[in-house]
Amino acid sequence: MALEHADVLRAAHLARLGLSDEDAAHYLDDLGRILEMVDQLQALDTEGVAPLAHPLDATQRLRADEVTETDQRDRFQRCAPAVEQGLYLVPRVVE
Amino acid sequence: MHDKTLSELAAALTAGEFTSRELTEHQLARIARLDGEINSFITVTPEQALTAADAADAARAKGQAGPLTGLPLAIKDLFCTQGVLTTAGSKMLGNFVSPYDASVVEKLKAAGMVSLGKTNMDEFAMGSSNENSAFGPVKNPWEAGAVPGGSSGGSAAAVAAGLAPAALGTDTGGSIRQPAAFCGITGLKPTYGRVSRYGIIAYASSLDQAGPMARTAKDCALLLNAIAGPDPRDSTCVARGVPDYTEELDAPLSGLKIGLPREYFGDGLDPDVEAAVREAVKVYESLGATVREVSLPHTHYAIPAYYVIAPAEASSNLSRYDGVRFGHRCQAPGDLIDLYKRSRAEGFGAEVQRRILIGTHTLSEGFFDAYYTKAQQVRRLIRQDFLDAFEEVDVLMGPASPTPAFDLGANNDPVSMYLQDIYTIAVNLAGIPGISVPAGFVGKRPVGLQILGTHFAETRLLNVAHQFQQATDWHLRRPALAEETT
Amino acid sequence: MQWETVIGLEVHVQLATQSKIFSGASTAFGAAPNTQACAVDLGMPGVLPVLNEQAVAMAVQFGLAIHAEIPEVSVFDRKNYFYPDLPKGYQTSQMYHPIVGAGEVEISLDDGATRRVRVHHAHLEEDAGKSLHEDFHGMTGIDLNRAGTPLLEIVSEPDMRSAKEAAAYLKAIHSIVTYLGISDGNMAEGSMRCDVNVSVRPVGQAEYGTRAEVKNVNSFRFVERAIEFEVERQVELLEDGGTVVQETRLFDPERDETRSMRTKEEANDYRYFPCPDLLPVVLDRAYVEHLRGALPELPDEKRTRFQAALGLSAYDAGVLSTTREMAEFFEEVKDTCGDAKLAANWVMGELAGALNREGLLVSDSPVSARQLGELVARVIDNTINGKAAKQVFQALWNGQGLSADEVIEAKGLKQVTDSGAIEAMIDQVIADSPAQVAQYRDAEPDKRGKMIGYFVGQVMKASRGTANPQQVNQLLKEKLDALC
Repeated sequence: MALEHADVLRAAHLARLGLSDEDAAHYLDDLGRILEMVDQLQALDTEGVAPLAHPLDATQRLRADEVTETDQRDRFQRCAPAVEQGLYLVPRVVE
Repeated sequence: MHDKTLSELAAALTAGEFTSRELTEHQLARIARLDGEINSFITVTPEQALTAADAADAARAKGQAGPLTGLPLAIKDLFCTQGVLTTAGSKMLGNFVSPYDASVVEKLKAAGMVSLGKTNMDEFAMGSSNENSAFGPVKNPWEAGAVPGGSSGGSAAAVAAGLAPAALGTDTGGSIRQPAAFCGITGLKPTYGRVSRYGIIAYASSLDQAGPMARTAKDCALLLNAIAGPDPRDSTCVARGVPDYTEELDAPLSGLKIGLPREYFGDGLDPDVEAAVREAVKVYESLGATVREVSLPHTHYAIPAYYVIAPAEASSNLSRYDGVRFGHRCQAPGDLIDLYKRSRAEGFGAEVQRRILIGTHTLSEGFFDAYYTKAQQVRRLIRQDFLDAFEEVDVLMGPASPTPAFDLGANNDPVSMYLQDIYTIAVNLAGIPGISVPAGFVGKRPVGLQILGTHFAETRLLNVAHQFQQATDWHLRRPALAEETT
Repeated sequence: MQWETVIGLEVHVQLATQSKIFSGASTAFGAAPNTQACAVDLGMPGVLPVLNEQAVAMAVQFGLAIHAEIPEVSVFDRKNYFYPDLPKGYQTSQMYHPIVGAGEVEISLDDGATRRVRVHHAHLEEDAGKSLHEDFHGMTGIDLNRAGTPLLEIVSEPDMRSAKEAAAYLKAIHSIVTYLGISDGNMAEGSMRCDVNVSVRPVGQAEYGTRAEVKNVNSFRFVERAIEFEVERQVELLEDGGTVVQETRLFDPERDETRSMRTKEEANDYRYFPCPDLLPVVLDRAYVEHLRGALPELPDEKRTRFQAALGLSAYDAGVLSTTREMAEFFEEVKDTCGDAKLAANWVMGELAGALNREGLLVSDSPVSARQLGELVARVIDNTINGKAAKQVFQALWNGQGLSADEVIEAKGLKQVTDSGAIEAMIDQVIADSPAQVAQYRDAEPDKRGKMIGYFVGQVMKASRGTANPQQVNQLLKEKLDALC
C-alpha cells in the first residue's frame, strides 16, 4: 500500500504534529520504506486466526467503588505551563 | 567498592565493611568524575541519594535492614520519580518533575534502595542505540565509538562502567536485553504482567515491561524479588504470587532441554557472534544439558508485526503530550491547533514523530484491518510458535543481537535499525521472559547470549543464567573505565 | 408530499458511582475546579486505568432491565481525538464489544398506548472535562473534575416516528435508570444528556433520509422542540429541492432552533483500537444472575401490576409508575387506606395538583404518604366526607396538625351521620326557604332532581360541611316529595 505525501500530511494533522511540506517530504521516504517492510505481513495467510491484543489470556480485574484520591491540585499544577484559578488555560476554544 | 556485584555489596554492608553512605558517596564521585565520558545519566540526585543512604544506615543500625537496604541503583528516565526530573529522554518532558513515583520505584524505595539518579535513554524508549535521546547519545564504556544499545542504553552503560551496581530498565522490543548484550552485563525482561507498569511512561502498553539490569543473574534475581508482583494500579499486572527468585539459582542443569531456534542462526548473524553463542551452548552441554534445533516459523514476521502494533499504541499513548497540563508548550500559541501542532512538533524528536505518524496512519480508516488486525493475528501465530517450542524444550537460546555494538552513527536508516531487533522483538509480542548474559567478545565489544523461557519461567531462566556464570567469567570482565580505582 | 420522521437517540447517563470509572477520584458534583481530578483523570505520564466494579454492575443492571443480551466478554477501546477537555487525547469507550447488547424499552404515549423501542446496545465510557469560556485574558479555562465520570451511552435503533415518541422514550430511560438507582437522572446538572438523530423521508419510502445529529439536548421539552424544529427545517429544505447535509447541529433553547456546528471541520477519524491498558471484561453467568435477582420492580412491571392486580386504568397506572418515588408514595397511600382507586385519585388529584402549584417533587411533599393514606381511610370509613377531606389535606399541607385524625378532631370535621340531627337541619332549611319549596312543588317531577341541589347546599352549609351528603340527599328528597 503505497504512501503518498497527502497521507503523511493527513496523519500529521490527525496526530497534531506541525509538519511543514518539507518535513513531510522528508518523512515520506522513511515511512514509505517502513510500510513496505510492514507489508510483508500481507503475504501470510491469517484466515481464521483470532487477533491477539494481550500476550496473556488474562481478564480485567475490578476495583471497589471507593474514593481513594484526595485533592492534589497544587502538586499536579506545579508542572503545568499555564493555570489560573485552578484551571488549565488554553487558547480560546470557540464552540 | 564498584568492582563488587550487588549481592557482594549487600554482604559487605551486612558485615559492616562500609556504610551505605560511604558506598553511595563512592558511586556519586565516580559518576561525577567519569560520566562525562559516557553520558549515561540525565539527572544525578546526590542529595536524595545521601538522605536515602543515611536512612538505610539508620535502619540497619536498628536491625531493620532487608536484602536490598542501602544498595545504590540507577533508574532509567522512563520511570516517574517523585520530585525528580523525569524526561523519558525527550525535550517534551524536559521540565517534567514528576509528582509521584512509579510503583516499582516505590517498591525499591520501600526495600531501602538508594537511587543515584536517572539514566539516559532513547526518547520515549524508541530506539536501539541510544542515539535518539534529546540529551545526547550514550557511549559504550567498552569502546567510545560504539553505541551502548537502546533504549535502556544509559542504564546498561552505567552498570558496565561501574557507576552503579544495578539499574532499572524497560524492554518493549529488546530495550533491556540488547543494551545488556552490547555493554556486557546481565539484563532480564520479565514476563509481560510480572512487574507493574504504573508510573512508567508508556511507549507500547501491550509490550512494555520493566526489568533489572546488573552484573549477574543473581543480582537480577535479587532485584526481581523486590519489583515483581501484583499492583492494584495496573490492570495488566498479574495477580500471581512472587517466588523467591534466588531459591533455585543453584539447581543443577542436568537434563535441561535447550532449543536452538533455526531462525536465530541464519542470514545476517555476525559469524563471530554466532561462534560465541555456540561456544556458550557447549558450556551448557558440559553442564548436562541436551541441545536440539527447533523452529519458530513466524520469526520473519515479528518485526513487521511489531512496527504496526507498537507505533499504533504509541501514537495514542503520546497524545497526552499536548502542552496543556504538563510538558513542553510552544511560545505564544495563536490558537488551539497551533498550540497542539507546534508544542508536539517542537517537543518530539524525529524517531518519535516517525512512529507517531506510522501508528496514526495504520490505525486510520481504511487501513485498520489490513494493518492492525492483521498484525494482531500474526502476533498470535508468533506466540504460538513459542508455546509449541516450549512443549519440546525448557529454554531457547540464541544471540541477543545479530551483531556486537555497532558504531555511533552507523545505522542512519530507520529500517535497518529496526532489523537489529530481530532476535528480541518476538519475545515482547509473545510476552515471554528473556535474559541476556555476557558470553564473549568480538574484539573489544561484548556478545550477549539470550535465554528465553515460557510465561512466568523467570526462576528457571535465572537458574540457567546463573549456572552459566558459575562456569564462565565473561560477566566479570570490566571495561577500562570500570577498572579506575576511585 | 407526506413526510415521515425517523428518530434515534443516544442517551448518555452518568452513573451514580462514588468514584470515577478508572480512578479513585470522587464524582461529587460542584467541587472547585480540578480538585477532583487525580493523576489518572489528568492523563499524567505513566498512569493507568483500573475499572470500577460498580460501573460494570450498574451497566449490567440496565441491560437486564431492558431485557438485553449481556455478552460474556466486553472490551474497552480508545477513541482518539484532540480536545482540551479530553486529557489523554483519547476517550476510553467501547466500540466493538459493548457491555450491553440489543434490548428494548417500552414507552407509553399520552393516549395510554404503549410501543416498543429497540435499543441497539449500551456501552460504558468515560466523561470528558469542561471548558469554561469566561474571559481569562482571551483564554479558555479547563476543569477536569468531570473527566473520568462513568457514562452509560444508550444507543437506540431509529425506531421513533415523532417528537412525542422521542420524549416518551427519554422519559422511559429516565425512569428505568432512576428506578434502578444507577443515576440521579438530574438533567439540569448534566447527569443525563441526549444526542438526537433526526431524518425525514417520504411516507412509504424504505430507505432512511440523510440525518442530522443534534447534540446535547438536555431536557425532555428541548428534545421535542429540537426535533420539531429539525423536522420542519429538513422538510422545508427538501420541498424546496435542496438536500439535507449529514452534520452535527446544536440546539439553542433561547432561540428555539438548531444550528450547524463547525461545518468546516473535516470528517473525524477516531482510530478506534482496543485499549491495551485494560483487559477484556468477562462476566460470569452467576454474577449476572445474581444482579438479575436483585433487580427492583421496574416501571413497566409496576404499570402492568397496577392495572392487573389493582384495577387501575392504563393512564393512571402509567402516571403512577413514572418515577420510583411516585410509585412508592402511591403504594404506601394504598396500603394505609386499603383502596387502590381512591389512593390513585388522591395522589394524582389533590397531591399532584398541590405539588405542581408549588413546583415540588413527590419526595419533597409536605404531606407524607402515611398521612395521606390515613386521610383517605377516614373518607372510606365515612368519618369525613369528601369536602371535609380536602380541608384536612390543606391543613396537613400547611403543617397544621400531625395526622388526619388530629385535624378532623381540632376542626370538628367529623361527618354527621345521625339522621335525627340531619333531619332537624333539613326541617329548618325547608322552613327558611318557602319560595324555593314552592318552586319545587310547582315543577314537573322530572325537573325536581336538579332543584334539590339548592337545599343540599343549604343543609351542608348549616352543618359546616360535616353532614353526610348521601344521607342529606336521601332525606331531603323524602321530605320535599312528601310536601308535593
